[in-house]
Amino acid sequence: MTAVLGKDLVGLEYLSPDQIRLILDTAEPFKEVSERPIKKVPALRGKTIVNLFFEASTRTRISFEFAEKRLSADTVNVAASGSAVQKGETLVDTAKNLEAMRIDMVVIRHPSSGAAQFLGDRIRSNVVSAGDGKHEHPTQALLDLLTIRDTHGRIAGLKVCLVGDILHSRVARSNIWGLLKLGAEVGVCGPATLMPRGIEELGVCRFRRIEEAIEWADVLNVLRLQLERMERGFIPSLREYYRVFGVTQERLERAPRQLTIMHPGPMNRGVEIDSRVADGSHSVILAQVTNGVAVRMAALYLLAGGRPELADAAKGPAGGANE
Amino acid sequence: MSRPERTTILDARALSRALQRMAVEVLELAHGTEQLVLIGIQRRGVELAERIAKQIETNEGVVVPRGALDITLYRDDLQTVGPKPVIGETRIPGDLTGKHVVIVDDVLYTGRTVRAALDELADFGRPERISLCVLVDRGGRELPIQPDIVGKQVKVNSGERVDVLVEEIDGKDLVELVARGRS
Repeated sequence: MTAVLGKDLVGLEYLSPDQIRLILDTAEPFKEVSERPIKKVPALRGKTIVNLFFEASTRTRISFEFAEKRLSADTVNVAASGSAVQKGETLVDTAKNLEAMRIDMVVIRHPSSGAAQFLGDRIRSNVVSAGDGKHEHPTQALLDLLTIRDTHGRIAGLKVCLVGDILHSRVARSNIWGLLKLGAEVGVCGPATLMPRGIEELGVCRFRRIEEAIEWADVLNVLRLQLERMERGFIPSLREYYRVFGVTQERLERAPRQLTIMHPGPMNRGVEIDSRVADGSHSVILAQVTNGVAVRMAALYLLAGGRPELADAAKGPAGGANE
Repeated sequence: MSRPERTTILDARALSRALQRMAVEVLELAHGTEQLVLIGIQRRGVELAERIAKQIETNEGVVVPRGALDITLYRDDLQTVGPKPVIGETRIPGDLTGKHVVIVDDVLYTGRTVRAALDELADFGRPERISLCVLVDRGGRELPIQPDIVGKQVKVNSGERVDVLVEEIDGKDLVELVARGRS
């Protein structure tokens, strides 16, 4: 139906470099829409989108909701708590019931890896992943790519290092796929307990010490340390983590070049990142948030099912000036 | 295989003369340049608006604010088109409230692009007046929309196409009629 991206967006692993570039290029004009006095275009008028969030989320859910509303789609939010999910309804049953109410798209966040794909294979509506388990968080990586491209003018040839909990991070996985496909060099750095075995096989270089990563990289993408990891014994203590892997002003000052600092949020100040770094002049953390809305608008716009057969019926030239 | 037959409607010199005349007509219509804003429709309308603005600059010594409008997201057939069209830049020079906006486009055909442009402009303020200036009016309107300024009027059948080429994008200035057009 929509040849450009396919039906669903569940991960960057399944996109070609051209498809990724198309989303980033399409995001450019959408940035301007959010700067208008009336921040709305009628592109998805009449489309109904359900935001199905089985995990807590503030930034991603609000960002998707803004993107949907600025495209004039009608949106409904469903959270796992307070819904039939609590009564034991399966994911597919929930989605099929929503589909019976004639929806067009589902944005899903789910604690299980592969949930978005699973759902996409079973319903007709477009499915967009807003993060599934430890698998992927495609729109986060897309906004990271857009922000890197904005800051450096390119992605190919840049050295980007992901720092922190690589093992549990869907953000890391999506970033690795996206960055490699667009020709960046990718590094990872973090405690051995939070590093997936065989990570080098993906084509990334591994740094054991944060100082080495800082010396190597143009861009640091500092991942959130999920605090529950400490309780499970992956790291000895938060203070210890900060001392060994914290991205601090002192460490950055010793770098041979100015590093761009990114973080997908929410930040643990004083754990993975120093406040002075997070608020410093080379931090693009808030630009990432701004770009998030534009990238999600682009993805929704490109996925929204067109119906070419209607275009034929309405005869070719209508719409375009002369095409 | 039949080659599409091409007939020149305007060559480079005729196109330049048409734009000169259109610039004068824009000035007359807007009673000078005080509230005037030229908005070109992506893509070739943007270049044509730029040319008209430069001509006005030469004639009057005044820089006229100009902008660009991409109407893709306001198209009435967006739900029906297959692969999504690439979206160009929209750049509006400030609030349009109280301004006399002149929309500039290359070819006026069904009127649906202009309809979309009017909708989009309304999101940027409330201009005192909006006028329409097109290089070629090929007839075939599907909406009650008429131009105020026309470079060249041509009767074109629905199977034919008008191609506007401009130096900045296509490397040459030329307007031609393409019979049995294949895009």
